[in-house]
Amino acid sequence: MLRQVFKRPQKRSVFWESIFKEIEDLGINSIGIVAFISFFVGGVVVIQTALNLENPLTPRYLIGFASRESLILEFSPTLISIILAGKVGSYIASSIGTMRVTEQIDALEVMGINSLNYLVLPKIIANVFFYPFVIVISIFLGIIGGWVAGNITGLVSTSDYVNGVQWEFEPFHITYSLIKTAVFAFVIATIPSYHGFYVKGGAIEVGKASTRAVVWTSIVIIVLNYILTQMLLGK
Amino acid sequence: MIEVKDLYKEFDGVPVLKGISTTFEKGKTSLVIGESGSGKTVFLKCMLGLLTPEKGDICYDGKNYGEMTGDEKRNLRKEIGMVFQGGALFDSSTVEENIIFPLKMFTDKPYNEMLERVNFVLQRVNLENVNDKYPAELSGGMQKRVAIARAIVMKPKYLFCDEPNSGLDPKTSIVIDNLIQEITDEYEIITIINSHDMNSVMEIGEKIIFLKDGIKEWEGTSDDIFKTDNKAITDFVYSSNLFKKVREAQLKESGL
Repeated sequence: MLRQVFKRPQKRSVFWESIFKEIEDLGINSIGIVAFISFFVGGVVVIQTALNLENPLTPRYLIGFASRESLILEFSPTLISIILAGKVGSYIASSIGTMRVTEQIDALEVMGINSLNYLVLPKIIANVFFYPFVIVISIFLGIIGGWVAGNITGLVSTSDYVNGVQWEFEPFHITYSLIKTAVFAFVIATIPSYHGFYVKGGAIEVGKASTRAVVWTSIVIIVLNYILTQMLLGK
Repeated sequence: MIEVKDLYKEFDGVPVLKGISTTFEKGKTSLVIGESGSGKTVFLKCMLGLLTPEKGDICYDGKNYGEMTGDEKRNLRKEIGMVFQGGALFDSSTVEENIIFPLKMFTDKPYNEMLERVNFVLQRVNLENVNDKYPAELSGGMQKRVAIARAIVMKPKYLFCDEPNSGLDPKTSIVIDNLIQEITDEYEIITIINSHDMNSVMEIGEKIIFLKDGIKEWEGTSDDIFKTDNKAITDFVYSSNLFKKVREAQLKESGL
């Protein structure tokens, strides 16, 4: 399948048009839900961290530090990717699956179009290049959410929180986060495309393929998360 | 001319086409008829290259499809127009986007010229003011006409139609049949239609191929159908009450 996907696009102008459409469908349309979840989870992370650091000898700025690290290392790249596997993965599998069962893919093939390349490559490119931006937004909004929650509950002052967020900052953690995101973005585009493209039957099978796609995408993301963490951060 | 030689196709060891041979000529409308499950759609899909036959050759103007390179196949497909049973229109695109798509993919014409061509084919299939509508907003007959417009927008040499009348009322079916016939005559193309609609057979069938259980049971013209003593085809044709009554009237008239 991937050999067909990565062939040279037949018409560059149509290809670029598809990429921008996919960026809108798969990326821009996901920003709202990502922003909402990130903001509130950032708040929850701060509250839970604060409640677990009750020892008066522990500096309060550690709350900001711990929240930043959890958001950059795990929450934004991995959990947001799993959420996107559900939202975007099911959309990809069901839209391609519906095209398959309604003979739209056959129509593309009869026209002489490499349907895998035409349908899947723009999705991969849109995901791999746009999701890192989405994750950066998620990290930023998560940190803002944490600051707001810390202030509202009085668990951490603005100065402590800001100090903590800046403390011992390791730029490679951002690189690690973005590398993970790019790999997960590739998985989110390809596994659901595979399940949708090779679906056989009708509406029920499309639904089943969509569910299967989300399950497998999530499993692969979790396994790859472990492997990539070991490779990039392990000693 | 399209030449099919000894075409054989099976699924999981079950043969669906068992050595079909026939020819399709330029400027003629040929109908492949037969009961559901007789292998009509598989036959069409093998001819289009959507399925690979286990055995047999399909030659387009003397060139064997099985021996063509990837580029040759792609070039051939640009010359093929296909009307699918359900229309197979891209449902997230408007009518105009559906029809302009092959032009965008395979030509470097300026957008205005492409649009001109789109409007011309839409007029040709008697559709107006539907450019910005989505397929779901159109009736079944209109969707079929859009599918025909998309199939002919690249001026194909070969037009394939898979049950173009399914789900349509008899009046609309006749309109679609006549449209296909007119386009075949106008562009002098090879038109192959899969159907089990006897009205289409009588209306536009210049050559009829009758498939039964994956075998070519009979071949002839629409006039020959009423003269043949092949039991399989007479059973198929006269399974319709209307044709049964026509047959009885004909026999009565001829004093048999």
